[in-house]
Amino acid sequence: MTTYYSEEHEWITVAGDVATLGITQHAADQLGEIVFCEQKEAGDTFEKGEEIGVIESVKAASEIFAPLDGEVIAANETLTETPGALNETPEGEAWIYKIKLADPAQLEELMDLDGYKALIG
Amino acid sequence: MTDAPKRTPLYDLHVELGGKMVDFAGWEMPVQYPLGIMGEHKQCREKAGLFDVSHMGQVILRGANVAAQLEKLAPSSFTNLKEGKARYTFFTNDNGGIMDDLIVSNAGDHFFVVVNASMRHQDIPHMEKHLEGVEVTEIFDRALVAVQGPSAENVVGALCPAACDMRFMETIVADINGVSCRLSRLGYTGEDGYEISIPEDRAVEITRAFLAHPDCEPAGLGARDSLRLEAGLCLYGNDIDNDTSPVEASLTWAMQKRRREEGGFPGAARIQKELTEGAGRKLVGIKPLGRAPARQGVEVHCAEGSPIGSITSGGFGPTVGGPVAMGYVAAGHGAPGEQVSLIIRGKAQPAEIVALPFVTQNYKR
Repeated sequence: MTTYYSEEHEWITVAGDVATLGITQHAADQLGEIVFCEQKEAGDTFEKGEEIGVIESVKAASEIFAPLDGEVIAANETLTETPGALNETPEGEAWIYKIKLADPAQLEELMDLDGYKALIG
Repeated sequence: MTDAPKRTPLYDLHVELGGKMVDFAGWEMPVQYPLGIMGEHKQCREKAGLFDVSHMGQVILRGANVAAQLEKLAPSSFTNLKEGKARYTFFTNDNGGIMDDLIVSNAGDHFFVVVNASMRHQDIPHMEKHLEGVEVTEIFDRALVAVQGPSAENVVGALCPAACDMRFMETIVADINGVSCRLSRLGYTGEDGYEISIPEDRAVEITRAFLAHPDCEPAGLGARDSLRLEAGLCLYGNDIDNDTSPVEASLTWAMQKRRREEGGFPGAARIQKELTEGAGRKLVGIKPLGRAPARQGVEVHCAEGSPIGSITSGGFGPTVGGPVAMGYVAAGHGAPGEQVSLIIRGKAQPAEIVALPFVTQNYKR
Protein backbone atom coordinates (compact mmCIF):
# COMPACT_ATOMS: atom_id res chain seq x y z
CA MET A 1 0.00 0.00 0.00
CA THR A 2 1.51 3.28 -1.10
CA THR A 3 1.60 6.26 1.18
CA TYR A 4 1.47 9.74 -0.31
CA TYR A 5 2.48 12.98 1.41
CA SER A 6 1.41 16.59 0.96
CA GLU A 7 3.35 19.79 1.47
CA GLU A 8 0.89 20.54 4.28
CA HIS A 9 2.35 17.57 6.17
CA GLU A 10 -0.51 15.15 5.61
CA TRP A 11 -0.27 11.51 4.63
CA ILE A 12 -2.74 9.51 2.57
CA THR A 13 -2.92 5.77 2.04
CA VAL A 14 -5.27 4.28 -0.52
CA ALA A 15 -6.98 0.90 -0.36
CA GLY A 16 -9.43 0.37 -3.20
CA ASP A 17 -11.45 3.56 -3.51
CA VAL A 18 -11.12 4.47 0.16
CA ALA A 19 -8.25 6.64 1.32
CA THR A 20 -7.13 7.32 4.89
CA LEU A 21 -5.80 10.78 5.72
CA GLY A 22 -3.84 12.01 8.71
CA ILE A 23 -1.03 14.34 9.72
CA THR A 24 2.60 13.29 9.81
CA GLN A 25 4.60 12.74 12.96
CA HIS A 26 6.73 15.71 11.90
CA ALA A 27 3.62 17.92 11.81
CA ALA A 28 2.47 16.65 15.20
CA ASP A 29 5.90 17.32 16.70
CA GLN A 30 5.91 20.85 15.30
CA LEU A 31 2.42 21.60 16.60
CA GLY A 32 3.27 20.52 20.12
CA GLU A 33 0.78 19.03 22.55
CA ILE A 34 -2.56 18.78 20.76
CA VAL A 35 -5.63 19.57 22.83
CA PHE A 36 -8.42 19.89 20.28
CA CYS A 37 -9.36 18.54 16.85
CA GLU A 38 -12.32 19.85 14.84
CA GLN A 39 -13.42 17.65 11.94
CA LYS A 40 -15.92 17.65 9.12
CA GLU A 41 -18.71 15.10 9.10
CA ALA A 42 -19.39 12.07 6.95
CA GLY A 43 -20.94 13.18 3.67
CA ASP A 44 -19.15 16.54 3.55
CA THR A 45 -17.39 17.10 0.26
CA PHE A 46 -14.32 19.24 -0.24
CA GLU A 47 -11.95 20.50 -2.87
CA LYS A 48 -8.18 20.54 -2.86
CA GLY A 49 -6.87 23.42 -0.75
CA GLU A 50 -10.10 23.78 1.24
CA GLU A 51 -9.97 23.85 5.04
CA ILE A 52 -11.25 20.51 6.28
CA GLY A 53 -10.52 20.77 9.98
CA VAL A 54 -8.61 22.50 12.73
CA ILE A 55 -6.04 21.16 15.14
CA GLU A 56 -5.23 23.19 18.23
CA SER A 57 -2.18 22.69 20.38
CA VAL A 58 -1.38 24.39 23.67
CA LYS A 59 0.38 26.99 21.51
CA ALA A 60 -1.94 27.77 18.59
CA ALA A 61 -4.62 26.73 16.13
CA SER A 62 -3.64 25.22 12.77
CA GLU A 63 -5.94 24.43 9.86
CA ILE A 64 -5.97 21.14 8.00
CA PHE A 65 -6.11 21.75 4.25
CA ALA A 66 -7.43 19.15 1.83
CA PRO A 67 -4.57 17.75 -0.29
CA LEU A 68 -7.06 16.73 -3.01
CA ASP A 69 -10.79 16.64 -3.85
CA GLY A 70 -13.03 14.17 -2.09
CA GLU A 71 -15.82 13.30 0.30
CA VAL A 72 -15.63 12.41 3.98
CA ILE A 73 -16.72 8.82 4.57
CA ALA A 74 -15.85 8.86 8.26
CA ALA A 75 -14.09 11.10 10.75
CA ASN A 76 -12.05 9.48 13.49
CA GLU A 77 -14.33 10.33 16.38
CA THR A 78 -11.90 9.16 19.05
CA LEU A 79 -9.95 12.38 18.40
CA THR A 80 -12.77 14.43 19.91
CA GLU A 81 -12.23 12.86 23.32
CA THR A 82 -8.51 12.13 23.04
CA PRO A 83 -6.94 14.72 20.71
CA GLY A 84 -3.59 13.99 22.37
CA ALA A 85 -3.50 10.73 20.37
CA LEU A 86 -2.47 12.91 17.42
CA ASN A 87 0.89 13.37 19.13
CA GLU A 88 1.29 9.67 19.85
CA THR A 89 0.19 7.82 16.72
CA PRO A 90 -0.59 10.44 14.03
CA GLU A 91 0.45 8.03 11.27
CA GLY A 92 -1.47 5.11 12.76
CA GLU A 93 -4.50 4.91 15.03
CA ALA A 94 -4.90 8.68 15.16
CA TRP A 95 -5.86 9.00 11.49
CA ILE A 96 -8.25 11.89 10.85
CA TYR A 97 -10.51 10.91 7.93
CA LYS A 98 -11.54 8.07 5.73
CA ILE A 99 -12.29 9.70 2.40
CA LYS A 100 -13.56 8.85 -1.05
CA LEU A 101 -11.29 10.34 -3.68
CA ALA A 102 -13.02 12.39 -6.39
CA ASP A 103 -10.10 12.09 -8.76
CA PRO A 104 -7.44 9.46 -7.95
CA ALA A 105 -5.18 11.04 -10.57
CA GLN A 106 -4.58 13.87 -8.06
CA LEU A 107 -2.50 11.45 -6.00
CA GLU A 108 0.23 11.80 -8.59
CA GLU A 109 0.65 15.44 -7.57
CA LEU A 110 1.63 14.37 -4.04
CA MET A 111 5.03 13.24 -2.78
CA ASP A 112 6.34 9.81 -1.91
CA LEU A 113 8.16 9.17 1.34
CA ASP A 114 11.56 10.11 -0.10
CA GLY A 115 10.14 13.36 -1.46
CA TYR A 116 8.57 14.16 1.89
CA LYS A 117 11.75 13.37 3.81
CA ALA A 118 13.59 15.77 1.52
CA LEU A 119 10.95 18.44 2.25
CA ILE A 120 11.28 18.25 6.02
CA GLY A 121 15.05 17.89 5.83
CA MET B 1 11.62 45.33 16.03
CA THR B 2 14.18 45.40 13.26
CA ASP B 3 17.18 44.93 15.53
CA ALA B 4 18.52 41.43 16.09
CA PRO B 5 16.82 39.92 19.12
CA LYS B 6 18.69 40.34 22.38
CA ARG B 7 19.87 37.49 24.55
CA THR B 8 19.72 37.19 28.32
CA PRO B 9 22.70 35.98 30.41
CA LEU B 10 21.00 32.56 30.43
CA TYR B 11 20.74 32.16 26.64
CA ASP B 12 23.44 29.50 26.30
CA LEU B 13 21.96 27.57 29.21
CA HIS B 14 18.51 27.58 27.55
CA VAL B 15 20.01 26.14 24.38
CA GLU B 16 21.95 23.55 26.37
CA LEU B 17 18.73 22.52 28.15
CA GLY B 18 16.97 22.05 24.82
CA GLY B 19 14.92 25.23 24.97
CA LYS B 20 13.02 26.07 21.79
CA MET B 21 13.98 29.70 21.27
CA VAL B 22 11.56 32.27 19.86
CA ASP B 23 11.59 36.03 19.43
CA PHE B 24 9.54 37.62 22.22
CA ALA B 25 9.39 41.41 22.57
CA GLY B 26 12.80 41.66 20.92
CA TRP B 27 14.38 38.92 23.02
CA GLU B 28 15.35 35.38 22.13
CA MET B 29 13.53 33.41 24.79
CA PRO B 30 12.64 29.75 25.38
CA VAL B 31 8.97 29.06 24.63
CA GLN B 32 9.38 25.51 25.96
CA TYR B 33 11.92 22.83 26.85
CA PRO B 34 11.79 19.11 26.03
CA LEU B 35 9.32 18.54 28.90
CA GLY B 36 6.73 20.49 26.87
CA ILE B 37 4.31 23.26 27.79
CA MET B 38 1.84 20.92 29.46
CA GLY B 39 4.52 19.16 31.52
CA GLU B 40 6.21 22.43 32.49
CA HIS B 41 2.86 23.87 33.52
CA LYS B 42 2.07 20.90 35.75
CA GLN B 43 5.60 20.88 37.13
CA CYS B 44 5.04 24.45 38.27
CA ARG B 45 1.66 23.68 39.86
CA GLU B 46 2.90 20.53 41.60
CA LYS B 47 6.60 21.14 42.34
CA ALA B 48 8.63 24.04 40.94
CA GLY B 49 9.34 25.60 37.58
CA LEU B 50 12.18 27.99 36.81
CA PHE B 51 11.64 30.82 34.33
CA ASP B 52 14.15 33.24 32.88
CA VAL B 53 12.48 36.65 33.10
CA SER B 54 15.67 38.63 32.52
CA HIS B 55 14.04 40.30 29.53
CA MET B 56 11.90 42.30 31.93
CA GLY B 57 13.18 45.74 32.85
CA GLN B 58 14.76 46.13 36.29
CA VAL B 59 14.96 49.73 37.40
CA ILE B 60 16.31 51.47 40.48
CA LEU B 61 14.74 54.73 41.62
CA ARG B 62 16.66 56.94 44.03
CA GLY B 63 15.67 60.24 45.54
CA ALA B 64 14.13 61.92 48.54
CA ASN B 65 10.52 61.58 47.43
CA VAL B 66 10.32 58.52 45.21
CA ALA B 67 7.10 57.25 46.78
CA ALA B 68 5.26 60.53 46.38
CA GLN B 69 6.60 60.99 42.87
CA LEU B 70 5.46 57.51 41.83
CA GLU B 71 1.97 58.37 43.01
CA LYS B 72 1.85 60.98 40.22
CA LEU B 73 2.07 58.18 37.65
CA ALA B 74 0.26 55.26 39.24
CA PRO B 75 -2.99 55.02 41.25
CA SER B 76 -1.57 52.87 44.05
CA SER B 77 -0.30 54.05 47.40
CA PHE B 78 3.49 54.04 47.79
CA THR B 79 4.00 56.46 50.66
CA ASN B 80 2.76 53.73 53.02
CA LEU B 81 4.65 50.93 51.30
CA LYS B 82 6.93 49.65 54.04
CA GLU B 83 10.57 48.85 53.52
CA GLY B 84 10.92 45.28 52.29
CA LYS B 85 7.46 45.23 50.71
CA ALA B 86 6.47 44.96 47.05
CA ARG B 87 3.25 46.11 45.39
CA TYR B 88 1.59 45.39 42.03
CA THR B 89 0.58 48.57 40.23
CA PHE B 90 0.24 50.19 36.79
CA PHE B 91 1.01 53.44 35.07
CA THR B 92 -2.15 55.11 33.82
CA ASN B 93 -2.49 57.57 30.94
CA ASP B 94 -4.49 60.79 30.85
CA ASN B 95 -7.51 58.90 29.53
CA GLY B 96 -7.43 56.46 32.43
CA GLY B 97 -6.06 53.62 30.31
CA ILE B 98 -3.19 51.42 31.44
CA MET B 99 0.28 52.16 30.00
CA ASP B 100 1.92 49.13 31.62
CA ASP B 101 1.66 47.05 34.76
CA LEU B 102 4.64 46.68 37.07
CA ILE B 103 5.92 45.72 40.48
CA VAL B 104 7.26 48.43 42.80
CA SER B 105 9.32 47.46 45.85
CA ASN B 106 10.52 49.61 48.71
CA ALA B 107 14.17 48.53 49.03
CA GLY B 108 15.02 50.92 51.87
CA ASP B 109 17.46 53.41 50.39
CA HIS B 110 15.83 53.09 46.95
CA PHE B 111 12.80 51.71 45.14
CA PHE B 112 13.14 48.70 42.87
CA VAL B 113 10.80 48.47 39.88
CA VAL B 114 10.22 45.66 37.40
CA VAL B 115 8.41 46.47 34.14
CA ASN B 116 7.35 44.40 31.13
CA ALA B 117 10.00 43.60 28.52
CA SER B 118 7.90 45.04 25.71
CA MET B 119 7.33 48.32 27.58
CA ARG B 120 10.87 49.09 28.81
CA HIS B 121 11.42 51.59 26.03
CA GLN B 122 8.27 53.46 27.09
CA ASP B 123 8.44 53.16 30.87
CA ILE B 124 12.01 54.30 31.43
CA PRO B 125 11.64 57.65 29.59
CA HIS B 126 8.19 58.03 31.18
CA MET B 127 9.70 57.80 34.66
CA GLU B 128 12.69 59.97 33.74
CA LYS B 129 10.37 62.66 32.44
CA HIS B 130 7.85 62.75 35.26
CA LEU B 131 9.59 61.66 38.47
CA GLU B 132 11.03 64.96 39.72
CA GLY B 133 14.18 64.72 41.79
CA VAL B 134 14.38 60.98 41.15
CA GLU B 135 17.37 59.27 39.60
CA VAL B 136 16.13 56.53 37.25
CA THR B 137 18.69 53.80 36.60
CA GLU B 138 17.93 50.83 34.38
CA ILE B 139 19.87 47.74 35.38
CA PHE B 140 21.51 45.89 32.50
CA ASP B 141 23.94 43.67 34.38
CA ARG B 142 21.58 41.48 36.35
CA ALA B 143 19.54 38.46 35.34
CA LEU B 144 16.06 37.91 36.74
CA VAL B 145 14.96 34.35 37.45
CA ALA B 146 11.55 33.24 38.73
CA VAL B 147 11.24 30.02 40.72
CA GLN B 148 7.54 29.24 41.04
CA GLY B 149 5.51 26.46 42.57
CA PRO B 150 4.74 24.78 45.90
CA SER B 151 8.34 23.50 46.12
CA ALA B 152 9.85 26.94 45.42
CA GLU B 153 10.58 27.50 49.10
CA ASN B 154 12.52 24.23 49.25
CA VAL B 155 14.39 24.95 46.04
CA VAL B 156 15.38 28.52 46.91
CA GLY B 157 15.64 27.87 50.65
CA ALA B 158 18.23 25.16 50.06
CA LEU B 159 20.62 27.82 48.77
CA CYS B 160 19.30 30.75 50.78
CA PRO B 161 17.71 29.87 54.14
CA ALA B 162 16.49 33.45 54.62
CA ALA B 163 14.08 32.90 51.74
CA CYS B 164 12.00 30.56 53.91
CA ASP B 165 11.14 33.35 56.35
CA MET B 166 9.74 35.64 53.67
CA ARG B 167 6.03 36.05 53.03
CA PHE B 168 4.11 36.96 49.87
CA MET B 169 5.10 40.37 48.44
CA GLU B 170 8.19 40.74 50.61
CA THR B 171 11.64 41.53 49.22
CA ILE B 172 15.10 41.12 50.74
CA VAL B 173 18.75 41.16 49.74
CA ALA B 174 20.55 37.96 50.68
CA ASP B 175 23.55 35.89 49.64
CA ILE B 176 23.18 32.91 47.32
CA ASN B 177 26.44 31.02 46.80
CA GLY B 178 28.20 34.04 48.24
CA VAL B 179 26.61 36.45 45.76
CA SER B 180 24.37 39.27 46.88
CA CYS B 181 20.95 38.81 45.21
CA ARG B 182 17.56 40.45 45.58
CA LEU B 183 14.80 37.97 46.35
CA SER B 184 11.13 38.91 46.10
CA ARG B 185 8.44 36.45 47.13
CA LEU B 186 6.05 36.92 44.22
CA GLY B 187 5.54 35.91 40.63
CA TYR B 188 2.96 35.64 37.91
CA THR B 189 1.82 32.04 37.94
CA GLY B 190 -0.68 32.01 40.80
CA GLU B 191 1.76 29.87 42.79
CA ASP B 192 4.04 30.64 45.69
CA GLY B 193 7.52 31.53 44.51
CA TYR B 194 10.32 34.03 44.12
CA GLU B 195 11.81 36.36 41.58
CA ILE B 196 15.54 36.59 42.09
CA SER B 197 17.73 39.34 40.67
CA ILE B 198 21.25 37.97 40.18
CA PRO B 199 24.48 39.63 38.94
CA GLU B 200 24.82 38.43 35.35
CA ASP B 201 28.26 36.90 35.73
CA ARG B 202 26.94 34.47 38.36
CA ALA B 203 23.45 33.94 36.89
CA VAL B 204 24.22 30.67 35.09
CA GLU B 205 25.91 29.16 38.13
CA ILE B 206 23.04 30.04 40.48
CA THR B 207 20.37 28.99 37.98
CA ARG B 208 22.11 25.63 37.62
CA ALA B 209 22.15 25.31 41.40
CA PHE B 210 18.37 25.83 41.54
CA LEU B 211 17.85 23.36 38.70
CA ALA B 212 20.01 20.79 40.52
CA HIS B 213 17.18 20.45 43.05
CA PRO B 214 15.12 17.37 42.14
CA ASP B 215 11.85 19.34 42.35
CA CYS B 216 12.92 22.12 39.95
CA GLU B 217 12.67 22.03 36.13
CA PRO B 218 13.10 24.82 33.58
CA ALA B 219 9.87 26.22 32.13
CA GLY B 220 9.31 28.50 29.15
CA LEU B 221 7.05 31.29 27.99
CA GLY B 222 4.35 28.84 26.90
CA ALA B 223 3.81 27.52 30.41
CA ARG B 224 4.17 31.02 31.83
CA ASP B 225 1.21 32.12 29.71
CA SER B 226 -1.07 29.18 30.55
CA LEU B 227 -0.19 29.48 34.26
CA ARG B 228 -0.98 33.19 34.47
CA LEU B 229 -4.18 32.73 32.48
CA GLU B 230 -5.47 30.01 34.82
CA ALA B 231 -4.51 32.28 37.72
CA GLY B 232 -6.64 35.06 36.21
CA LEU B 233 -3.68 37.42 35.88
CA CYS B 234 -3.73 40.06 33.16
CA LEU B 235 -1.20 40.08 30.33
CA TYR B 236 -0.27 43.57 29.18
CA GLY B 237 -1.15 43.98 25.50
CA ASN B 238 -3.84 41.30 25.68
CA ASP B 239 -6.10 41.94 28.66
CA ILE B 240 -5.01 45.44 29.53
CA ASP B 241 -3.74 48.25 27.33
CA ASN B 242 -3.90 51.99 26.75
CA ASP B 243 -7.69 51.85 26.28
CA THR B 244 -8.68 49.65 29.21
CA SER B 245 -9.09 51.25 32.61
CA PRO B 246 -8.22 49.55 35.91
CA VAL B 247 -11.92 49.51 36.78
CA GLU B 248 -12.80 47.73 33.54
CA ALA B 249 -9.93 45.29 34.10
CA SER B 250 -11.11 44.49 37.66
CA LEU B 251 -7.81 45.76 39.05
CA THR B 252 -9.30 48.18 41.58
CA TRP B 253 -7.79 46.02 44.38
CA ALA B 254 -4.44 47.49 43.37
CA MET B 255 -5.72 51.02 43.99
CA GLN B 256 -5.66 51.67 47.70
CA LYS B 257 -8.55 53.54 49.31
CA ARG B 258 -6.74 56.85 49.78
CA ARG B 259 -5.74 56.97 46.12
CA ARG B 260 -9.24 56.10 44.90
CA GLU B 261 -10.67 58.93 46.96
CA GLU B 262 -7.98 61.57 46.47
CA GLY B 263 -7.11 60.94 42.85
CA GLY B 264 -4.02 62.82 41.71
CA PHE B 265 -2.92 60.27 39.10
CA PRO B 266 -3.25 60.38 35.30
CA GLY B 267 -6.77 59.64 34.13
CA ALA B 268 -8.25 60.06 37.62
CA ALA B 269 -11.37 61.72 36.18
CA ARG B 270 -12.40 58.63 34.20
CA ILE B 271 -11.25 56.13 36.80
CA GLN B 272 -13.04 57.84 39.70
CA LYS B 273 -16.18 58.21 37.61
CA GLU B 274 -16.10 54.50 36.80
CA LEU B 275 -15.51 53.67 40.46
CA THR B 276 -18.71 55.52 41.32
CA GLU B 277 -20.91 54.75 38.35
CA GLY B 278 -19.46 51.50 37.11
CA ALA B 279 -17.53 50.85 33.92
CA GLY B 280 -19.04 50.23 30.51
CA ARG B 281 -17.38 46.84 30.27
CA LYS B 282 -15.73 44.40 32.61
CA LEU B 283 -12.98 41.81 32.33
CA VAL B 284 -14.34 38.42 33.35
CA GLY B 285 -13.41 34.75 33.31
CA ILE B 286 -15.05 32.78 30.53
CA LYS B 287 -15.14 28.98 30.50
CA PRO B 288 -15.82 27.43 27.11
CA LEU B 289 -18.07 24.44 27.81
CA GLY B 290 -16.86 22.44 24.82
CA ARG B 291 -13.31 21.47 24.03
CA ALA B 292 -12.44 24.17 21.53
CA PRO B 293 -10.07 26.81 22.92
CA ALA B 294 -11.26 30.39 22.36
CA ARG B 295 -8.32 32.56 21.39
CA GLN B 296 -7.79 36.32 21.54
CA GLY B 297 -10.30 38.18 19.35
CA VAL B 298 -13.14 35.65 19.54
CA GLU B 299 -16.51 37.42 19.84
CA VAL B 300 -18.68 36.86 22.90
CA HIS B 301 -22.46 36.85 22.39
CA CYS B 302 -25.14 36.92 25.07
CA ALA B 303 -27.79 34.23 25.39
CA GLU B 304 -30.10 36.29 23.16
CA GLY B 305 -27.45 36.25 20.45
CA SER B 306 -26.15 39.80 20.25
CA PRO B 307 -22.45 40.67 20.63
CA ILE B 308 -21.43 41.77 24.14
CA GLY B 309 -17.64 41.62 23.99
CA SER B 310 -14.58 39.65 23.01
CA ILE B 311 -11.90 37.30 24.32
CA THR B 312 -8.59 38.94 25.22
CA SER B 313 -6.68 35.84 26.41
CA GLY B 314 -7.63 32.26 25.81
CA GLY B 315 -6.15 28.85 25.43
CA PHE B 316 -5.92 25.46 27.01
CA GLY B 317 -5.54 25.28 30.78
CA PRO B 318 -3.52 22.16 31.62
CA THR B 319 -4.52 22.17 35.31
CA VAL B 320 -8.18 22.88 34.49
CA GLY B 321 -7.95 20.17 31.83
CA GLY B 322 -9.84 22.19 29.25
CA PRO B 323 -10.09 25.55 27.57
CA VAL B 324 -10.02 28.74 29.66
CA ALA B 325 -10.39 32.37 28.65
CA MET B 326 -10.73 35.96 29.81
CA GLY B 327 -12.46 38.74 28.00
CA TYR B 328 -14.46 41.94 28.25
CA VAL B 329 -18.25 41.95 28.34
CA ALA B 330 -20.56 44.93 28.36
CA ALA B 331 -22.02 46.31 31.58
CA GLY B 332 -25.14 44.42 32.58
CA HIS B 333 -23.47 41.15 31.65
CA GLY B 334 -20.71 39.16 33.28
CA ALA B 335 -22.26 37.71 36.44
CA PRO B 336 -20.79 34.28 37.21
CA GLY B 337 -23.06 31.59 35.82
CA GLU B 338 -24.29 33.65 32.86
CA GLN B 339 -24.48 31.51 29.74
CA VAL B 340 -22.88 33.06 26.65
CA SER B 341 -21.73 31.95 23.20
CA LEU B 342 -18.28 32.25 21.68
CA ILE B 343 -18.08 32.63 17.92
CA ILE B 344 -15.23 30.30 17.02
CA ARG B 345 -14.56 29.94 13.28
CA GLY B 346 -18.06 31.15 12.52
CA LYS B 347 -19.87 28.77 14.86
CA ALA B 348 -21.45 29.65 18.19
CA GLN B 349 -19.96 27.54 20.98
CA PRO B 350 -21.47 27.48 24.48
CA ALA B 351 -19.57 29.08 27.34
CA GLU B 352 -20.19 30.33 30.85
CA ILE B 353 -19.03 33.37 32.76
CA VAL B 354 -17.01 32.26 35.79
CA ALA B 355 -15.31 33.95 38.70
CA LEU B 356 -11.53 34.32 38.34
CA PRO B 357 -9.13 32.69 38.99
CA PHE B 358 -9.69 29.32 37.34
CA VAL B 359 -7.18 27.79 39.74
CA THR B 360 -6.92 28.79 43.40
CA GLN B 361 -3.97 31.09 44.00
CA ASN B 362 -1.46 29.52 46.33
CA TYR B 363 0.49 32.39 47.89
CA LYS B 364 2.29 32.29 51.25
CA ARG B 365 0.53 35.14 52.99
